[in-house]
Amino acid sequence: MPANGQLSGSKVIRAKGLSKIYREGATELRALQEVDLEVRTGELTLLMGPSGSGKTTLLSILGCILRASDGKLEVLGEDVSALPERELPRIRREAIGFVFQGFNLFPTLTAAENVALALDVRGLRGARAKQRAEELLDEVGLTQKAHSFPADLSGGQKQRVAIARALAGDPPILLADEPTAALDSTSGRTVIELLQRLARADGRAVVMVTHDPRVLSFGDRIIHLEDGRIVREEAGVTKAMEASSFLKVLPAEPAMSHEFSI
Amino acid sequence: MGLLARRNLFHDRVRFAVTLTGIVFALVLIIIQFGLFLGFTTTTSNNIDHSNADLWVVFHGVGYFDTGRNFSERKFYQVLSTPGVEHAEKYMQAFARWKRHDGRVENVQVIGFHPGSGLGEPWNVVQGSVADLTQEDSVIVDELYRDKLGVEKIGDRIEIGEHRARVVGFTRGIRSFTTSPFVYAKFKNSLDYTNPTSQEDDTAYVLVKAAAGVKPEELQARLRGRLTDVDVYTAAEFSRKTRFYWMFTTGAGLAVLTAALMGLIVGVAVVAQTIYAATMDHIREYGTLKAMGATNGYLYRVLIEQAVWSALLGYGLAMIVAHFIVRASEKGGAVILMPWSMSAGLFFLAIVMCIAAALVSINKVTRIDPAMVFRG
Repeated sequence: MPANGQLSGSKVIRAKGLSKIYREGATELRALQEVDLEVRTGELTLLMGPSGSGKTTLLSILGCILRASDGKLEVLGEDVSALPERELPRIRREAIGFVFQGFNLFPTLTAAENVALALDVRGLRGARAKQRAEELLDEVGLTQKAHSFPADLSGGQKQRVAIARALAGDPPILLADEPTAALDSTSGRTVIELLQRLARADGRAVVMVTHDPRVLSFGDRIIHLEDGRIVREEAGVTKAMEASSFLKVLPAEPAMSHEFSI
Repeated sequence: MGLLARRNLFHDRVRFAVTLTGIVFALVLIIIQFGLFLGFTTTTSNNIDHSNADLWVVFHGVGYFDTGRNFSERKFYQVLSTPGVEHAEKYMQAFARWKRHDGRVENVQVIGFHPGSGLGEPWNVVQGSVADLTQEDSVIVDELYRDKLGVEKIGDRIEIGEHRARVVGFTRGIRSFTTSPFVYAKFKNSLDYTNPTSQEDDTAYVLVKAAAGVKPEELQARLRGRLTDVDVYTAAEFSRKTRFYWMFTTGAGLAVLTAALMGLIVGVAVVAQTIYAATMDHIREYGTLKAMGATNGYLYRVLIEQAVWSALLGYGLAMIVAHFIVRASEKGGAVILMPWSMSAGLFFLAIVMCIAAALVSINKVTRIDPAMVFRG
């Protein structure tokens, strides 16, 4: 089922020459430097790199939460760089779902109410919102926990509620910031499998910042950043396997791992 | 949105109780101060407002009720002979010494009028009657001052200005703004009580009733043209001048209004502090909402709804507390008035106060950087 009408393989994010410079007094920090990137539906893209490499800054810019200092960003074909600040919430509501490392659930609301709140932000209220929230919780396997408060949920369950909430606007793009970092291996696996399913089966573009080596095998693309630059991109294990079987037929194809070109 | 507002507000019950306490405290303080102001204001002019007179003729330069100065009875006859006057009566107001049965002396304000004239009579007579004042040396006092004046019942005897007098009735709720209670007597007796050497042709005021179809202002102009050395006011004008004198010239009104303003400021500060603290507790959630695409307007509505809920509940509780205070004041020397218009005004004041208090938080959430959600 393509998310929000996007066909699998569609380029939903196009970034060209993205740079981000933080200035504090005379000090200048170049968090991102001329990053070119295209994100496609149907893929789980992993952003990896050491601390301070610019992963989260890139994710924030791709999510229209942060403005790039330079470069061009298109989301669903719309030139976001040219839009005024007040238009960015609309882009976020219509195109993007966010999953956070710390879940960021509302502790005073139940799981269903947390999801319903994201629907409320998008103008869907009442019985329809309630029904949709239950459907979304069902999609992440938490029907039975709909009326539980976050404090009564495990870490993995909280993250699944957060994912259900991120799906409220049926966004073609999901951006996740280290969603498995705070989880044990079992919960982490459940969450990454869910994100992978949302990419491959639902046809969404999932971009995930991670340090977690356990999730490497789930990524379709792995992008490595250092010092604010993309230094390498490689296909994930699955893609590599697909590619290697393809190479048996076409032995002249270049290797899958390459630097800088996306 | 509404659910989030209510849950965030009621989630921390201790903090919410503090918020409500602050609002209730502020509103009750405002009610008491404004109620006292209204009570004082009404008290200062109650004899004028209940006089049933259209016009008051006063000694030239007398600016308010409690300082009446005597002038010649001839003015009274000049008034009576003026076209458009249906009825006029002499009226006395002067201070006197009231000697209790036990020998203690109190200051009183003696009000002299003509019983049965319908002008300048006491009201709310709960024991005895105005007609009883036609008896010699009889007075009516208010039951609020029984203890102060040392009288308990009809028939009790006292001395006023070294003249013997007897209580023939009691009123209810006629307070004096000064510390001297009003003592009602027939005009002739009031002269005896207040100035034994005076002649009967003196009066402190002349109360005038305009004939049917004659506008008080029209008659006022006519009397001003005929009378010298006196001022002629409509009852509303004289009432206003008296209220203004006591409330603003003396500073008494400013004192209570300042206290009311302080109540308002304290209320805004307490509510602002608690709503701000609650906002800061949930700041990451507001950041998350922004990241999810919520507009600033959406966040404002959450905060304003919290403020309105605080105002509604605080107002309800304040009204209950105020009701008991107002009831208790009815038996005291200073009445606290709370007319429906004040209750309605306070309702809107509570809403405005709480929304104003929420502005600090609104300013805060406006500045939230949604990128905060990605910081650990």
